Amino acid sequence: MALLNIQNLSVDFKTAGGLFRAVDSVDIACERGEILSIVGESGSGKSVSMLALMGLLPWTAQITADKMEFDGKDLGRMSRRERRKIIGKDISMIFQEPISSLNPCFTVGFQIGEVLKLHLGMDRATRRKRSIELLDLVGIPAPETRLSAFPHQLSGGMNQRVMIAMALAGDPKLLIADEPTTALDVTIQAQILELLVSLQREKQMALILITHDMGVVAETAERVQVQYAGQRVEEQPVLDLFEAPHHPYTSALLAALPERAVGRKLPSIPGVVPGQFDRPTGCLFAPRCSFVKPDCHKGVKRQPAELGHALCNHPIASSGSKTSAAGGAA
Amino acid sequence: MLYFLFKRITLLIPTFIGITIVAFSFVRILPGDPVLLMAGERGISDERYARLLAEFGYDRPIWEQYLEYLNDLVHGDFGISLVTKQPVLDEFFSLFPATVELSICALILATVIGIPAGIVAATKRGSFLDQTIMGTALVGYSMPIFWWGLLLIIVFSGILGWTPVSGRISLLYYFPNTTGFMLIDSLLSGQKGAFQSALSHLILPSIVLATIPLAVIARQTRSAMLEVLGEDYVRTARAKGLSDARVVGLHALRNAMIPVITVIGLSVGTLLAGAILTETIFSWPGIGKWMIESIQRRDYPVVQSGLLLIAAIVMIVNLLVDLTYGLINPRIRHQ
Amino acid sequence: MTDMTTKPAPSARQVKRQTRNRMLAEFWFYFSENRGAVIGLFVILALVVVAIFAPFFAPHEPTQQYRDALLFPPAWQDGGSWEFILGTDAVGRDILSRLIFGARFSLFIGVVVVGLALLGGVSIGLIAGYFRGPVDTVIMRLMDVILAFPSLLLALVMVAVLGPGLLNAMIAIAIVLQPHFVRLTRASVLNELNREYVISARVAGASPFYLMTRTILPNCLGPVIVQATLSFSNAILDAAALGFLGMGAQPPTPEWGTMLAEAREFILRAWWVVTFPGLAILITVLAINLMGDGLRDALDPKLKRT
Repeated sequence: MALLNIQNLSVDFKTAGGLFRAVDSVDIACERGEILSIVGESGSGKSVSMLALMGLLPWTAQITADKMEFDGKDLGRMSRRERRKIIGKDISMIFQEPISSLNPCFTVGFQIGEVLKLHLGMDRATRRKRSIELLDLVGIPAPETRLSAFPHQLSGGMNQRVMIAMALAGDPKLLIADEPTTALDVTIQAQILELLVSLQREKQMALILITHDMGVVAETAERVQVQYAGQRVEEQPVLDLFEAPHHPYTSALLAALPERAVGRKLPSIPGVVPGQFDRPTGCLFAPRCSFVKPDCHKGVKRQPAELGHALCNHPIASSGSKTSAAGGAA
Repeated sequence: MLYFLFKRITLLIPTFIGITIVAFSFVRILPGDPVLLMAGERGISDERYARLLAEFGYDRPIWEQYLEYLNDLVHGDFGISLVTKQPVLDEFFSLFPATVELSICALILATVIGIPAGIVAATKRGSFLDQTIMGTALVGYSMPIFWWGLLLIIVFSGILGWTPVSGRISLLYYFPNTTGFMLIDSLLSGQKGAFQSALSHLILPSIVLATIPLAVIARQTRSAMLEVLGEDYVRTARAKGLSDARVVGLHALRNAMIPVITVIGLSVGTLLAGAILTETIFSWPGIGKWMIESIQRRDYPVVQSGLLLIAAIVMIVNLLVDLTYGLINPRIRHQ
Repeated sequence: MTDMTTKPAPSARQVKRQTRNRMLAEFWFYFSENRGAVIGLFVILALVVVAIFAPFFAPHEPTQQYRDALLFPPAWQDGGSWEFILGTDAVGRDILSRLIFGARFSLFIGVVVVGLALLGGVSIGLIAGYFRGPVDTVIMRLMDVILAFPSLLLALVMVAVLGPGLLNAMIAIAIVLQPHFVRLTRASVLNELNREYVISARVAGASPFYLMTRTILPNCLGPVIVQATLSFSNAILDAAALGFLGMGAQPPTPEWGTMLAEAREFILRAWWVVTFPGLAILITVLAINLMGDGLRDALDPKLKRT
């Protein structure tokens, strides 16, 4: 049984202009000890689905799902109080902006210790000992002195390490990392990713990595789920995906990687993710797709697993010529 | 932190000099001759006039007079009241505790009600409760407090007869003035009913004086909380599985308090200005009533030194607030 | 946009008018979303009408003493008369008429005080922010000194120096209110000074005066307008307080604060002489503050998101 099993999750936001669908009937599954990557441009609803799972969305959000199962328990049907026993312990999450994600008024030691006290009921001395271990684990030098530091006294990379230590405090079965490296310097990015992957192996926990960066995906993930405009458009093991993308969107994303550029100009995907008022009928990617056919504007169907569950009427069947064609045309 | 303190104090020096100049020039820009003013209606002989002129130093150059004035201040000479013939400083210190007692009670009232009201309004944003709290706060903020005081007297003293109309304590009680704070002294005296009497005298003035600061604190708390509740670290706190009470009451509130503390500090000036009106209405023997009576009686040495002392107190309190600000905001403490 | 083909391109003035209309429309959209603000606006408009046409609305002369009608209660109470709807005061003057004429004073005080404080404060603030250096330092220290005193106390002492009276009270209140405008304007100027549009205007050879009044000032007007409404209500409150303490408008002027001062000794005997003038002050100030909150939400882009 999968550790995480979300079926048919939709999230709507109440806005001045009516309801806005940020996540549209998405399925997400993640096995124990697996690294799943969710990829997509900004606005593709990848963070929102995870925040919905954690119960962190504002009250303007309406969440519906057939199933939101974690470790055999349905989070969607739990009371907030019950869910809080799991959140921060068995599922934890780190965010994009490490500096603003830590409370500026409390020390690092206090913020880590809070989790240890709440979920593990440790006493003061044990908390201190465990906090030092955790800081050491995430590679923070001189952890004893860092306990009394405030977030603004540490660099962005250090803050993200503190966030990771805090997320690991409850010994989670699942760690969700929401663009954990986007706000960091390029040199630090690699270190943090490496740290996340090594911790994942060591602790045998599942890791969901949300990113817009195909490069990050290639380096870390085992399985990839591509999201576009709130929908799951493709899902494959990472090697297969890079070798044979079935959805034109995935193909175009891959073609936009500098390492894969064929010509002198780096290809890009024209247009932007549709917003609240320009949502097309039929396939949401159709206006930007280079393989668009007339029937794409009427409706769209889900392809079988062999074709990467692609949400596309005319999936790309094999690798090779078509991938480069997509890149060239885009 | 020491540097922060040092910087704050050096910034105050020019302001303080400015305040002494304002107080100094006050008597000198009054229309008419200061000596004649002091002599009053009865008139004065030429000889005595010349002697007084020399005694007060009004015949010397203005800058010399100013330095002389500063010198007097440094030596604790704040002048003599024309009406009571008492040193102004003595009068000030005998009346000051009454104002402090009233202001502290008002500030406690304003904080204890204002902060929770603001928090509730922010967490229930847009609800009926929020609208009621903020509507009430706006009414309080718009309140002419001298009228509010009269209204409370009509209702609680006139119609209901629950509270006395004026003064600090019933004339039935007499006990030594140990601390100057009637609530504490009445307890120390051990006389039955004295504390209740002091409290019942204090309650209406405190409510009146607290009204505007209370409204300001509630409004500021709400807007600071709303801003803080949208911050990333509040989301992190929720992601840790903390209870709503802890997320709002600790993680958000601690940050929201930073601007609220500033507002509480700034309201000390408002309190002292409000004390003029409140003390007048309730015949509360504090420095506010003393100032307005001195202005009405043209007791200029009192007005001059009272102005200076009150401004100095506001400045010192603001300095203390800045220091607290440093204590509760780690980002400033470590600069 | 659609008739671009048939008509010649719109002149610069037309474009300017269109932009202004659009900005006004946007402003009204945000302002009218706030129900309280709209109510406040209508109350103020009603007060303005009442003030202007006071002789028309008032049933009696404000200073006419009806010796046979001393301390009449309001009409709905026993012993009241419909001739004096809100009752009469201790010398038999009709309270309603005095309140109606009092609206003139309060609004006049607000306009004059805010006008003075705004004009003085904004010019001083522009100068301080534009020239920086020693000019700025001297001005700002001076403002610190004014702000170190509780405003009402400083105004009181100034009135004591200048002599009691409505005009002196207004001057004193304007002086204690203007440092807020100075600080606000200076801060906005410092903020705007390094923007590209100011630099480009300067490069294009605009004179300091032109830069200050035509380029920078319009861009920091929003917070100044908000401060002006706040000051308007403060001015009315402070003037009433001065009147109440006997240092503002002098009897028999039907100024609301002065009316309260005259009524004080009757508070336990005749509640109406105390209640109505204060209620008038409260309603006026509340309406202005309601509108001020709406203006702030509509004009201050920083606060729009909350």
